[in-house]
Amino acid sequence: MALLSKEEAKKILEKAIGFSKANECSANLNGGERGNIRYARNSVSTAGEDSNLSLGVTSNFGKRSGSATINEFDDASIEKVVRRSEELANLAPENPELMEVLGPQTYGAESKTYSEATAKITPEYRAKAANDSIVPAAAKDVTAAGYLQDGYGFNAIMNNKGLFAYNKQTSVDFTVTMRTNDGTGSGWAARDLNDVSKLNAAETSRMAIDKALMSRNAKAIEPGKYTVILEASASADLIRLMLNMNARTADEGRSFLSKKGGGTKLGEKLVDERVNIYSDPWYDDAPASPWQGDGQARKKMDIIKNGVVSTLFYDRYWASQKNVAPVPGAGNAIMEGGTASIEDMIKDTAKGVLVTRFWYIRPVDPQTLLFTGLTRDGTFYIENGKIKHPIKNFRFNESPIIMLNNLETLGKPERAVTSEGGPGGGTNLMIPSMKIRDFTFSSLSDAV
Amino acid sequence: MKRRDFVYLTGMGAAATMLPIPIVGNPIAPERALEAIDPAMKKRMADVALNAGRSKGATYVDVRIGRYLNQFVVTREDKVQNIVNTESFGLGVRVIANGGWGFAATDKLDTDSVAKAAEAAVAIAKENSRLLSKPVQLAPQKGHGEVSWKAPIVKNAFEVPIKEKVDLLLGVNAAAMKEGANYITSLLFLVNEQKYFASTDGSYIDQDIHRIWPAFFITKIDATTGKFETRNSLSAPMGMGYEYLDVRPEDKIKSVTTLYKGRYDMLEDAKAGGRQAGEKIAAKSVEAGKYDLILDPSHLWLTIHESVGHPTELDRVLGYEANFAGTSFLTLDKWQSKKFNFGNNLVNLVADKTQVGSLGAVGYDDEGVRCGKWDLIKDGILVNYQTIRDQAHILGLDASQGCCYADNWSSVQFQRMPNVSLQPGKEKKSVDDLIKGVEKGIYIIGDGSFSIDQQRYNFQFGGQLFYEIKNGQIAGMLKDVAYQSNTQEFWNACGGMADESDYRLGGAFGDGKGQPPQSNAVSHGSSTTRFNGVNVINTARKIG
Repeated sequence: MALLSKEEAKKILEKAIGFSKANECSANLNGGERGNIRYARNSVSTAGEDSNLSLGVTSNFGKRSGSATINEFDDASIEKVVRRSEELANLAPENPELMEVLGPQTYGAESKTYSEATAKITPEYRAKAANDSIVPAAAKDVTAAGYLQDGYGFNAIMNNKGLFAYNKQTSVDFTVTMRTNDGTGSGWAARDLNDVSKLNAAETSRMAIDKALMSRNAKAIEPGKYTVILEASASADLIRLMLNMNARTADEGRSFLSKKGGGTKLGEKLVDERVNIYSDPWYDDAPASPWQGDGQARKKMDIIKNGVVSTLFYDRYWASQKNVAPVPGAGNAIMEGGTASIEDMIKDTAKGVLVTRFWYIRPVDPQTLLFTGLTRDGTFYIENGKIKHPIKNFRFNESPIIMLNNLETLGKPERAVTSEGGPGGGTNLMIPSMKIRDFTFSSLSDAV
Repeated sequence: MKRRDFVYLTGMGAAATMLPIPIVGNPIAPERALEAIDPAMKKRMADVALNAGRSKGATYVDVRIGRYLNQFVVTREDKVQNIVNTESFGLGVRVIANGGWGFAATDKLDTDSVAKAAEAAVAIAKENSRLLSKPVQLAPQKGHGEVSWKAPIVKNAFEVPIKEKVDLLLGVNAAAMKEGANYITSLLFLVNEQKYFASTDGSYIDQDIHRIWPAFFITKIDATTGKFETRNSLSAPMGMGYEYLDVRPEDKIKSVTTLYKGRYDMLEDAKAGGRQAGEKIAAKSVEAGKYDLILDPSHLWLTIHESVGHPTELDRVLGYEANFAGTSFLTLDKWQSKKFNFGNNLVNLVADKTQVGSLGAVGYDDEGVRCGKWDLIKDGILVNYQTIRDQAHILGLDASQGCCYADNWSSVQFQRMPNVSLQPGKEKKSVDDLIKGVEKGIYIIGDGSFSIDQQRYNFQFGGQLFYEIKNGQIAGMLKDVAYQSNTQEFWNACGGMADESDYRLGGAFGDGKGQPPQSNAVSHGSSTTRFNGVNVINTARKIG
């Protein structure tokens, strides 16, 4: 059992700090357990569990810093790791950007990142989830491939200036791809949650099966500029790319947030005025830890307000250079939406393309935030308010900034899973589906 | 939340996004990397695992004892940002019991912990076997006895003092800044994998593998227009020691810029990079259309990796990666037909795990198979895939091709890409000869943006340097260039390649696959090659 309580964690950290002879010492303790099941070709391929508990100690002497880690917790081992970090600090070259450790911080309300139900997931639960995919797939002449990963854990940090922070969290990530056995259709569905009681693997699998069957025998249409309806995952795939609102690169003139002639776009209108994106660590359906790795407290903050850039993220060093207060990066992001359903948006579209998700998205030009990638696992042609037929996948070349200036309609926000962030790998996101005009598809792909 | 620690790089600004590689392991003092682990201890622990697995009913057991050493030195402009030394050491044991696979790992190398890991692996195998439709069918493999393999390096990079490395990188930064760069991040990433493999087939294999990746990322800003351009290093990550950075004139190829073969002059490339980043700002924006492309090996490696390396992975072909990386358009029927024109008859692509200096070179793979070389595409025809022991029978092979790899002792080994390379032209031909024959074309050097679909048909690639070719002559620099094509069309548009004297390696340090994802290092060689009539797009856009 690697989930230590706040008090248990505090005790180990106090011991480590107590051994320190450095000017500054900070220690972090992380632990947890993780399990997964993977299946393909309608059969389970791998399954496993692992756990860890480790103590990291960082010692600073002036601008020199050293870190060491250990996974044994007797007094001698703890002292050893502290001494090792001190030795490494003495060997390190000076880092002029090294900041003093933080003093005590005030954190907001109780974190919402932990769910008891998720922490209790068993191998049997995972096997049943796989079965809930494989059995209905086989019945519909479809082949299932999927992955379920869950975990619980905690992070705690303490330093010799009186800072202490603790948070525990859980996550469960389920992705499934269904391919028709004739090889002409493919569907995908995914859920990413803190609380497993909200997961219905059978329902998610059914959505992927339906998409696979609907997408059979896709027809080619000409690439070009289209009105698109992006499901929440597809929206999130592109929106997440603009959320790195780094002040330093903007100030340095090498970001999409840099302004011609110097300065940044902070306070300037960047996208359609209906776009509102904020971060709130206590948001129920997509919570984040109330503090970031170095112990800085996170707060609710606007990122884009009425289309205007309202925050840039300043790390502590850069904030000190610019004489502003540090702004920690967002732990989660919530984009406000409207009331339209996907069906409403389809009904309202004379000619357009419905996109389930994107794939292999890579940067092309950091100045304009231009990205390329492809549609995948369910792309459909819309004509006169109805889905007409499945279409072959497209490659796109598009910038989320240009896209959000071509906004038509916002759907309801939902907890969105991005394509390549990997299960649990990214920031928790609440993103609406959306309708966009003049989205640039540059070529066709034969991939199913 | 894994048994090992992930020390992610932070505070590296723009360059950090280009480095998807986590450093795996615990921080250590640099000297620790030079301490050897006693092979007798490894054999003893391996035998404990083999015996414990067999005694619990396993019909096959293999065990990997891995020590993974990394060193990372990162600088920007005149500052050292980070120096990280890590070690990850432990044992992974894989078994077949009741016809199913099971795997378990431990970082405690005592008799009790190792035996328990083997027993856990057997229990998992028995559990998994209940969900199997067919038992695992393993291609036979003779035991090799006690053998060893060492990468033929000249200078162990871990023995080179940190100060020498820091001085090199800060010198590189200063050189680029002097030539006009506004910002530069530079780094050295060093890897030493010490792997010990043993199996119930009777193999005890000790291997020592080294990799090195020197790289930089330059940004140049035009103050008047606010436009910026970047220029990344033209180095290749290599399966070499520190000798990769020992400059030798005979390893330089003089072209529109200096190109490197087997040795890399980082200082010279940084000077050129600082200058060229400025030239890129002033360069002409490309006119979209069809062009004949002349692709340098520092660029073409990535196109080979994405459009040849991945679709010939047999696990993708069979559907094991369908939920993440994807499947492949190179379905078994195309291979069975023996006449699928992957490319035209100039195109010969080989898999090779023995190539000296390459990232994928080892003596034996992670299931004890002696590594070799084989054709994937022969005279344009698809003739083979990449396989491991439990896949060989699907292709009617009686032995594995040795493509099994795990990125850590705590990860399960699975099918990973070997070095896949385009064979050079047989006739004597230089890069100049290739350029002379082009009426309207673009010469592309260095890798850039890359994207390809989940079955590996449609791709788009950028680059670092683009030169317009008009009537057989270089006519100046271009920018905003990316090309799009379809894999089969592209390789059928191959218009010839330079001869062996121009053959060079490029490579990927952190190729990702699997759930949970694992990383693999792999090289791709070629000589400069021509492709006719490829669609080029202009990537310039305007925002705000």
